[in-house]
Amino acid sequence: MRRILAILMENEPGSLSRIVGLFSQRAFNIESLTVAPTDDNSLSRMTIATKGDDKVLEQIVKQVNKLIDVIKITDITDRKHIERELLLVKVAAMSDKSRTEVTRITDIFRGNIIDIGKQVYTVQLTGDAEKLNAFINALQNETEIIESARSGCVGMARGDQALRI
Amino acid sequence: MTTELFTGAEMVVKSLSALKVKYIFGYPGGSVLDIYDAIFQQDEIEHILVRHEQAATHMADGYTRATGEVGVVLATSGPGATNCVTGIATAYMDSIPMVVLAGQVATSLIGNDAFQETDIVGCTRPIIKHSFSCRTLADIPDAISKAFYIASTGRPGPVVVELPKDILIPQNKGPFNIETDIKIRSYNPNIKGHSKQIKKAAQTISNAKRLVVYSGGGIVLSDASELLTKLVETLKAPITNTLMGLGGISGTHKQFIGMLGMHGSLEANKSMANADVILALGARFDDRVTNNVEKFCPNATIIHVDIDPTSISKTINAHIPIVGLVDVVMQQLLDELSDINFSPDEAELSQWWQQINLWRNVKSISYDQDVNEKIKPQRVVEALYKITQGDAYVCSDVGQHQMFAAQYYPFAKPRRWINSGGAGTMGFGLPAAMGVKLAFPDKHVICITGDGSIQMNIQELSTCKQYNLPVVIVTLNNRSLGMVRQWQDMVYGGRHSSSYMESLPDFVKVAEAYGHVGIQIDNLDELEEKLTQAFNIKDRLVFVDVMVDEKEHVYPMQIRTGAVDEMWLKKGVKS
Repeated sequence: MRRILAILMENEPGSLSRIVGLFSQRAFNIESLTVAPTDDNSLSRMTIATKGDDKVLEQIVKQVNKLIDVIKITDITDRKHIERELLLVKVAAMSDKSRTEVTRITDIFRGNIIDIGKQVYTVQLTGDAEKLNAFINALQNETEIIESARSGCVGMARGDQALRI
Repeated sequence: MTTELFTGAEMVVKSLSALKVKYIFGYPGGSVLDIYDAIFQQDEIEHILVRHEQAATHMADGYTRATGEVGVVLATSGPGATNCVTGIATAYMDSIPMVVLAGQVATSLIGNDAFQETDIVGCTRPIIKHSFSCRTLADIPDAISKAFYIASTGRPGPVVVELPKDILIPQNKGPFNIETDIKIRSYNPNIKGHSKQIKKAAQTISNAKRLVVYSGGGIVLSDASELLTKLVETLKAPITNTLMGLGGISGTHKQFIGMLGMHGSLEANKSMANADVILALGARFDDRVTNNVEKFCPNATIIHVDIDPTSISKTINAHIPIVGLVDVVMQQLLDELSDINFSPDEAELSQWWQQINLWRNVKSISYDQDVNEKIKPQRVVEALYKITQGDAYVCSDVGQHQMFAAQYYPFAKPRRWINSGGAGTMGFGLPAAMGVKLAFPDKHVICITGDGSIQMNIQELSTCKQYNLPVVIVTLNNRSLGMVRQWQDMVYGGRHSSSYMESLPDFVKVAEAYGHVGIQIDNLDELEEKLTQAFNIKDRLVFVDVMVDEKEHVYPMQIRTGAVDEMWLKKGVKS
């Protein structure tokens, strides 16, 4: 089953490669991975979406925790949490009909058209993976998708709980 | 007052001095010449020049296994560093603390495919506990100090420190500061076991009817054998050791039921299979122990004590996991047992021991030696035990001889049995023995090896000559890769694909060519006499080449895909 892991680690050269290496070395699955420095520049925050049964997940969490650079890891899947992903999608907008439809679908999903070309629209949408999938399906029914890029999910527990030092 | 300034190379040596390092095992080359120059100009640390960097890692490793002190390796960039990879992996698999200082091309050249450039940090990433890439002078003492701390605490392991040439050169100087009281915010290994878990464990032990203590390399690494012996004597239960854990309790202790696992004793494996409680101490349920995990000890409640949380419930689910240093946890357990006035149920205990003694009576660790036959390899190990009165440091390579040594040389003390258990690295034995001999020049240090393994680092005979390291090499020469051959006999219809060594050298002449003494033993009736003669030569390395029966197999042996106690006792005889 799909799990979302939030990791706080030292913002050091090589830290990312240790995580990625660990996943490939031990045949763990990575569905998506995002990483960037936090408000404290000495720390990096990573979100990994992965799949596995309880036994595999237990090993993933323990193995990641064992890396010297890792400060904390939590599995936020079963808690109340917020999950967001950014999608940029470039679609064909050659006819009035397709332009109207793309605009309408984008409005429904509360996305934004952020760039236009002679025959294309580029749309931005944030949400969880399910919403993004539904949006892509809706677009596909009306026009041709020329290019799409997804950020992979970032996640955070709701409420007062915080992943920090 | 002006601060004294040092080059990076000097800082490397000063850092090692501050950490009380006595030896560096290494091999010079372009990127580390400045460090070699700094070593030359001091006399606190001795550098041991090996003949191949792999041997430097194994020598440091052997030194560490025997003494408990962190071994230090120095290699140049590129091939020098990659030659260390096997030795690093070997140390990693057996949780041996080691610091490997690897040269690197100048920072301006990194990534340019420069001469002798290899991404050694990348190459070693899956087989190290941690690594550091130094980029400035100030990084050097910091990285080395942290490397020692990380290597030697928690679950120990190798740490690589990458040192680019441009921060070592004389043109580049800076002030030297080293902090030896290390704190790392992201690294805090658990020391004490959780008190609730300790209580639970003590209660489970009290209610056990058929308890087995199963201890591993963690006992040896944390110098906890006295405490283990005390605990086992309190429990009055049988104890088995893993290959890595031998010597954790005396091999002749009456509660010791032998090694367990693939080539373990029948009584050890049977006891595990029939136990209702297993107390695992610093052992990790390796696949060479468990056999088929699906069939592993289905009726046992498992208490697993380990410093490394990832070892717990990785292969075998632990019912009572306890994360902590094994010596600390054992003391907590002893205290708790005393608090609850523990005393084992004598009736249950005596029934359990009666059953175990029946398995013991099968004498699964045995062999037949006819006086007219070729020498059996087991007999050689028994003779070594007799001659050294069980008090030698025994280093082994990997293969049949390794199993025979583990089965027939009961170790009275920890740190006496030195072998590559996890990685199974052929070529480990001789350099490891050299590291031990360096630390304990007055002790018997034996390298039990085979005609295959010894040739994987035989060039180190030259290092032995240079530093006067008179180890006794005993080759159980069966003119073939014995363990491979055994599997081919048992599993591959006797097709001996590439398991022959058809062009063996004359090892006596090889030894002599390197300036040592060579002795060949061909007949059973000269075995003890000639071996004794070898041990009487104290000041020279003796290479004893013993011609043994090439048809001998290692028994007992777990039957593949079977339960822990399903074993071949002899050819065609099942447990």
